[in-house]
Amino acid sequence: MFAYVVRRILATIPVMAVVALFVFSLLYVAPGDPAAVIAGDQATPDDVERIRQSLGLDRPYLVRFGAWVFDIMRGDLGVSIFTNLPVVTMIQQRIEPTLSLMVVTLILAVSIAVPMGVVAAWKVGTWMDRAVMGFAVLGFSVPVFVVGYLLAYVFALELDWLPVQGYTPFSQGFVPWFENLILPAIALGSVYIALIARITRATMLEVLQQDYIRTARAKGAGQPSILFLHALKNAAVPIVTVIGIGIALLIGGAVVTESVFAIPGLGRLTVDAILRRDYPVIQGVVLLFSFVYVLVNLVIDLLYTLFDPRIRY
Amino acid sequence: MRRRHLLAAATAAALPARAALGQGTAGAARVLKFVPQADLAVLDPIVTTAYVTRHHGFAVWDTLYGFTQDYAAEPQMAEGHSVENDGRRVTIRLREGLKFHDGEPVRAADCVASIRRWGARDPLGQVLLARTEELSAPDDRTILFRLSRPFPLLLDALAKTSPPVCFIMPERLAATDPRQPVQEIVGSGPFRFLADERVPGRRAVYERFADYVPRAEGVPTWTAGPKRVHLDRVEWHIMPDTAAASAALQAGDVDWWENPLGELQPQLRRNRNIVMEILDPTGFVGIARFNTLHPPFDRAVIRRALLGAVDQEAFMTAVIGSDRSLWRDDVGIFPPGTPLANDEGMGVLTGTRDIEKVKREIAEAGYGGEKVVLLVANDFPTLAAIANVGAEMLRRVGMEVEVVADQLSALLQRRARREAPAAGGWNMFFTFWSGLDLFNPGVNQALRGTGERAWFGWPTMPRMEELRAQWFDAPDLAAQQRLARDIQAEALREAPYLPLGQYFQATAYRRGLSGMLKGPPLFWNLQRA
Repeated sequence: MFAYVVRRILATIPVMAVVALFVFSLLYVAPGDPAAVIAGDQATPDDVERIRQSLGLDRPYLVRFGAWVFDIMRGDLGVSIFTNLPVVTMIQQRIEPTLSLMVVTLILAVSIAVPMGVVAAWKVGTWMDRAVMGFAVLGFSVPVFVVGYLLAYVFALELDWLPVQGYTPFSQGFVPWFENLILPAIALGSVYIALIARITRATMLEVLQQDYIRTARAKGAGQPSILFLHALKNAAVPIVTVIGIGIALLIGGAVVTESVFAIPGLGRLTVDAILRRDYPVIQGVVLLFSFVYVLVNLVIDLLYTLFDPRIRY
Repeated sequence: MRRRHLLAAATAAALPARAALGQGTAGAARVLKFVPQADLAVLDPIVTTAYVTRHHGFAVWDTLYGFTQDYAAEPQMAEGHSVENDGRRVTIRLREGLKFHDGEPVRAADCVASIRRWGARDPLGQVLLARTEELSAPDDRTILFRLSRPFPLLLDALAKTSPPVCFIMPERLAATDPRQPVQEIVGSGPFRFLADERVPGRRAVYERFADYVPRAEGVPTWTAGPKRVHLDRVEWHIMPDTAAASAALQAGDVDWWENPLGELQPQLRRNRNIVMEILDPTGFVGIARFNTLHPPFDRAVIRRALLGAVDQEAFMTAVIGSDRSLWRDDVGIFPPGTPLANDEGMGVLTGTRDIEKVKREIAEAGYGGEKVVLLVANDFPTLAAIANVGAEMLRRVGMEVEVVADQLSALLQRRARREAPAAGGWNMFFTFWSGLDLFNPGVNQALRGTGERAWFGWPTMPRMEELRAQWFDAPDLAAQQRLARDIQAEALREAPYLPLGQYFQATAYRRGLSGMLKGPPLFWNLQRA
């Protein structure tokens, strides 16, 4: 197992190298000029050109790529073209809100969606099943930003129960931190809940048909025990896989949610950097997201062995 | 019942925490929470002409001269000045007791270095420095200009509020190459920038600079007069999502939102806790810029003919709606209400729109159905609105239009390309400039006629350059106004761009704030009732 983990972690290096090459090349060919954005609308062509030279944007592709890779090898993601701050610092400033949003969403989504899916499978064909499936369709169909605006309007502006926007760091207390995350987490989690609930229901339906479930019933096991101890554990592998895949959904959804609720996270940082063509920031954030995604997949793979002892690496 | 009790308990638990955070209230009495128009990405106001950086600049740095609501220069850091030798020798004396935010005194040498750095970037500054034989600091409080010939606009140049502004920085920072941002923000103005609290894309924070010495006399107006600070702290909260900003203002999480989007303004106006006010009477003027290097707009006669198709009402309605108090449709080369605005040749813009006549004129001028490539920034609603109306206008007069819609950052790159439209260039793009950036020939970059060295579009207009040079030498306002008529006539004859109307951007703030000054967002004089 240990050797497997080490192998997998080492395997991230070529993956990251490919991502780095891909991101850098895409940005190189993509239209956009940070020098023109820095100079502003009224700058003359000469001003823009001089700024481009001072930023080194007139250097050839290979020279720029080589310099960037060399810096990365030293753990330096570069300096933002616009803010003049190290990319690492900018990521550090923004990582807590995004991490908080994702963790709260994940906990909220799993703790709601899994029981929903289990109940839907248990009561298949009844109004409860239909209600869960109806919610799932709704969750898939309504965009995150619409859910976000509706929640903000009702619970923040009309009822004044929760903050309408912003983020309070965890260091300032759990309650204000959590308060700021409730609405964004529900908005972001709506798609995620729908996805997990559907997969849980489908997998549970299959498992509940198995012989060992019939045996458990014959032995007189209670319904909760059958559902959560016997069936759910055996249905866990596909559910965990979907939860893992869904992390990518969360990363994408966080960009929109952070905008709607003015949360200063990595999603917003990415959008701002793309709009301005702040290449070092885009490259740094995409590399980070890729690394996180590779790690999440590793964790999911390791969790398989926990739920299904037959799986060995 | 039990569920209801649970909900009530949860709400009760939440409310004290919100109060402790200052959310849902207007915040502490001496803290102002402000939502600027955009992220403060670049901190150096000389490197960029972005308005948001100019706003930041006025909080952090002071200027030698301020700009009044009458568009005149008034001493600010300067105590006064003397003009000798028929205007060829100008001596400016600094006020006593001025300090930078690092505690060092403001010296004339700092001002000289700051003027040089600003003059390298600013069009008016470049004219000033070109006429300057000597710019020196004979002592710590004296700045000396020795000019090759008189420059009546010297004080106006030092006072101008259109970016880049001549802010005074310490000499060690002002020595930085004007293409490179300064590495440290050390101001001379009423607010100190707290670099440690800055989170790009989220927050910028300023605190009152205790050692700032406001002018003793005068009335605060725009950037002139005493800059008395009644706030301890000003927080800028960056909110790119306009709905989030609107909600934050309505909930009282923030005090002031600089640029509410037009479609959200009616909702804010209905809220009795919110005041909507137009702070900049010069507004924003829309322009459609021609690329004069390539057909069909390499022919002035075609550009000129299109003036007859411009329906400024249609453009402005698309941008800000039908409320006529928010826009004007009689806009020429100089924004209405400013000293140089005049009616010379305006009939071509204000007369009856005759599309058939325009069609005939462009056909007679030799328009052969060439494709016209329009650059449309689709990530800025106001720019997209005027561009879409512009595209329709060109189609109505029979032009073949190809719309290239993209993010502004991508279009800015394409805009710089001089190649033919089919080879990745362009024919026309649309933008808005603050009225203060157009209000005289010294600041209006779009009027330059220096060909390849001119602003994007690269018109060659030797007569315009002559008139501009004469305008710099005009001894008084009356002479400037006479020349402005000639300049407007020439601009409408050459038509380097089409004026598309002027709209006024309302700002929105919580009731209870008072002392808000006209002009760009300024944080002195401002206080809570």
